[in-house]
Amino acid sequence: MEQKNAIECRHVTKRFGEVIANDNVNLTLKQGEILSILGENGSGKTTLMNMLSGIYFPDEGEIYVNGEHVMIRSPKDSFALGIGMIHQHFKLINVLSAAENIILGLEGKGKLKMEKIHEEINELTSRFGFELDPAKKIYDMSVSEKQTVEIVKVLYRGAEILILDEPTAVLTPQETDKLFEVLRNMKKDGKSIIIITHKLNEVLEISDRVAVLRKGKYIDTVETKDATVASLTEMMVGEKVELDIERTEPNHPEKRIEMRGLTCLNREGRAVLSNASFEAYSGEILGVAGISGSGQRELLEAIAGLQRVESGEVLYYDPEGQVHKLSDMSSDAIRDLNIHLSFVPEDRLGMGLVGSMDLTGNMMVRSYSKGRRFLTDRKSPKKLAEKIVDKLDVVTPSIETPVRRLSGGNVQKVLVGREISLSPSVLMVAYPVRGLDINSSYTIYNLLNEQKKKGVSVICVIEDLDVILQLCDRILVLSGGKVSGIVDARTATKEEIGLLMTAGGKEADVE
Amino acid sequence: MLSREMTKQKKEPLFQMVKRDYIAPSKALLIRFAAVALALVVCALVIIAITKQNPVEVYGGIISGAIGTKRRAWVTVRETVLLLLIAVGLTPAFKMKFWNIGAEGQILIGGTCSAAIMIYLGDKLPNALLLVMIFIVSILAGMVWSLLPAVFKAKYNTNETLFTLMLNYVAMQIVTFCIVFWENPSGSNTVGVINSKSKGGWFPSIGGSQYVLNVIIVLVVTILISVYMNYSKQGYELAVVGESQNTARYAGINVKKVIIRTVLLSGGICGLAGAVVVSGGSHTISTSTAGGRGFTAIIVAWMAKFNPIAMVVISLLLVFMQQGAIQIASQFSLNENASDIITGILLFFLIGCEFFIHYQIKLHKKSKEVQS
Repeated sequence: MEQKNAIECRHVTKRFGEVIANDNVNLTLKQGEILSILGENGSGKTTLMNMLSGIYFPDEGEIYVNGEHVMIRSPKDSFALGIGMIHQHFKLINVLSAAENIILGLEGKGKLKMEKIHEEINELTSRFGFELDPAKKIYDMSVSEKQTVEIVKVLYRGAEILILDEPTAVLTPQETDKLFEVLRNMKKDGKSIIIITHKLNEVLEISDRVAVLRKGKYIDTVETKDATVASLTEMMVGEKVELDIERTEPNHPEKRIEMRGLTCLNREGRAVLSNASFEAYSGEILGVAGISGSGQRELLEAIAGLQRVESGEVLYYDPEGQVHKLSDMSSDAIRDLNIHLSFVPEDRLGMGLVGSMDLTGNMMVRSYSKGRRFLTDRKSPKKLAEKIVDKLDVVTPSIETPVRRLSGGNVQKVLVGREISLSPSVLMVAYPVRGLDINSSYTIYNLLNEQKKKGVSVICVIEDLDVILQLCDRILVLSGGKVSGIVDARTATKEEIGLLMTAGGKEADVE
Repeated sequence: MLSREMTKQKKEPLFQMVKRDYIAPSKALLIRFAAVALALVVCALVIIAITKQNPVEVYGGIISGAIGTKRRAWVTVRETVLLLLIAVGLTPAFKMKFWNIGAEGQILIGGTCSAAIMIYLGDKLPNALLLVMIFIVSILAGMVWSLLPAVFKAKYNTNETLFTLMLNYVAMQIVTFCIVFWENPSGSNTVGVINSKSKGGWFPSIGGSQYVLNVIIVLVVTILISVYMNYSKQGYELAVVGESQNTARYAGINVKKVIIRTVLLSGGICGLAGAVVVSGGSHTISTSTAGGRGFTAIIVAWMAKFNPIAMVVISLLLVFMQQGAIQIASQFSLNENASDIITGILLFFLIGCEFFIHYQIKLHKKSKEVQS
C-alpha cells in the first residue's frame, strides 16, 4: 500500500431512466501508470469518465482522488482535483490560436503577455515531446494537431490525471505512434493516464493495466503483460469470438460504377472532392480509407445523387450492359429508373432512417412511392420489418417502436437489412460498424461478404485499417478530397495506407 | 484553495432533474388531469380573491355560462369546433416542423373574402351556390396568404415564424381598409351584421339548430386530414421532411414541393375557418374576427400531439372555461379580461405539466451523506 491510488471508484452506479449505464463499478488508477479502459460501445466507459470529469453525478458510490473522498459536481471541481479530460470531440475555438485556446477561461492579471505564455507552452511541449506552434490558428490545424492542443490545454492547467476518450480514433498509424510516445513521456513525468479505446492492439502496446467493462458492469483489471487480444476480447464480450473475417476471391468482376474526374464543392465553395476517378466492380468489396472528412461522404453521396456535382461524371453500368449517367440525375430520378443502388449513409438516424418513426415507417422510406396512387401501402413494409427483425436478430420491443429507441447496433441492422432487401447491384456503406459491438460488427461483415458473393459491387468506407485490410479486395485512399492511391488489400500494409492518407495527392507515389 | 473547494464538494445536491426515457401513457394522462385539477383550484382561489364569493357558486356560474341554456351550449359547441378546425389546419404544417403562426392572418383573409361575397353577391345568388363559392374562395384566400412564406421557405429557407407572423398584421390592415367601404351604418366604423334580413351567405339552420353545418364541416375536415396524415403518401412525405430533410432527399422526396404543398394545405384550412367564423357565426367582419384563435389553436394542436380526439378534448376544455368566465364576469360585474385570466391559468398548468412528463425529480437520500 505504498503507492497511492490516483483515482479510485467504489461501487459507482449511474442510471439513465431504466438503463443502468454503470452498475456497481470499481476502478483503480495507480499513480504514474497508463490504464486502458476497454469495453464495447454502450458498456459504460464514457459514462464513468464523465462522472470523473464532473459532467454526470453518480447515483450511488464514492470516488476517491489521491486517497481523499471527493464529490465532483462540475467540471470545475474535477479540474481543481487535477483531472483533465480530452474528449473525443474537440472543444476548441477555430479562429483563435493554439495558445489563446489553451489559456481560454483561465484567470490572470490585467495585462496579457502572450510571449510569456508562448514560452511556457513551448517549454511544456518540448518536455513531453509534442510538436506544436502556439501561434498557429486552430482552423489551420490537422486533426492530430488539434488533439495536441487539447492535451496541452489540460497539462498547462496543471492536470496530474489525464483521461483520453478514444484518442486514436481520428489518427493515422503514424500519428498514433507519436501520441503514444508523448503519453510514455508523461508517464515518466509521474502523470497518471486513463485511455479509453476499443482497439486491442493499442491497448496491448501502450497500457500497464487494462480494466474491462461489459454492459455497465465492471469485469476485471488485468496486467497488460498477461493479456492477449483473444483473452481481452473474451472478457469484453463474455464469450469466445472468432476474430477472422473471411475473404473470397472476386467472382467474374464486371464494371458497375465508374467515376471520372469528379469535383464537388461544399457550401463555402471549397472542393471537398477534387478530380476523383475510380472504378468499382461487381463481386468485390472496394474499401475507402482516409482521415475523417477527406471526402468519403461526398464520394458516396455523389454516386447516390445526393451531392451537387461541379464537374466530372459518374457512370453506372447495369448488368444488361446499358450505361446510365448518374451524375446528371437526382436521387428520385435514380429511384424511378429502378437502378438498385443501396446506400447506408454515415448519419444513420439523420439520413438513412427517420428516428421518430417505427420500423414499418422506416421500411417505407424506400418503398412508400410504390403501389396505390394516393394512399400508402403499409402491409408489405410491415412484413419486411418483421422479416428483418427475425433474420438479423434485431432486439426491439416491437416493430411499432420508434427506431430512435433502439441501440446503435440494432439501428444499423434495420438500415442495412432494408438496403439489402432492395436486392441492390451496388451497395454503398459508410462506417458500417461505427458504434457497434463486436458481435454485431461481425454480423455486418458477414452480410457484406454475402452480398459480394451474390455479385453485388460493394463500396465501403471503414475507419479501422485492420478491418479494411482484412475485409476488402481493393482499397481506395482519399486525402484531402483527392484519390491518393488505390491499393490491393491483400498486399498493402497499414503503414502504406497511413502514408497515403496524409499524402497531398500525387506526391504520395514518391514515398 | 483546494481544500476549501473540497469541503464545498462534500455537499450532495438535494434533488436532481432526470430526463425520462419513457412514460406510461396512463401516467402521462394522470399528470395532465392533475394539472387541470390544480388549475381549477388556482382559478377558484383567484376568483374568490377578486369576487369574495363562494367558490361553488363561482363554478356554478362557469358551468351555467358554458352550457346553462341551449343557446349557450350551442355557442360553446360552435367555438369548440372552430378552434378544432384551426388546430386541424395547423397540424400538417406543424408536423412538417413549419411553424405557421400566421393562422390568425389566414383566418382574417378567409373571413374577409367570405364577407365580400356576402356583401356583393348576397342578394344576387341562391344561398347554396353562395355558400359553395364562399368555401372555395376562402380556402383559396388562405392558400394565397400562405403561399409567400411557403415559397420563401422552400427556395431560400427563410424563417417562417417571422414571415407568417408579420403577414397577420398585413391581413389586419386589409380588413381595416375594407371596413371603410363596407361601413354599415356609415360612420360607425364597423361592418355590422351583413345581410341581416335576407341571410344571404349565412349557414342555414339544420334541424332548428344554427350551428349544425359548422359541426359537419369541421368533422369532415378533421377526418379527411387524419386520413391524409396517417395513410396517404403525401402525409408520409411531409412527416419525413419534418423529421429530417436529409432523409427526405435520400428517399427521393422533392422537399421543396412538399413544403409548398403542405403549407398551402394548412393555409387553405385556416382560410376555410375564416368562412366558418363569418358565415357560420358572427356574420360580420372586423380586425378581431380571428380573436386570437389562430394562436390558441397552436397550443391545442401542440398539446394534443396532433391527435384529433385529444384536440377535441382540449378545445372543449378551453372554450368551456372561456365561456364560463364570460358568464361569471357579468354575474360578478368583472370586466371581460377575467376570461383571459382563467385561460391563462389553465394554459400555464397544462403547458407546465409537460415538464413533469418529460422529466422526473429525484430526491437524494439523506442517509448517503453521513457516510463520508
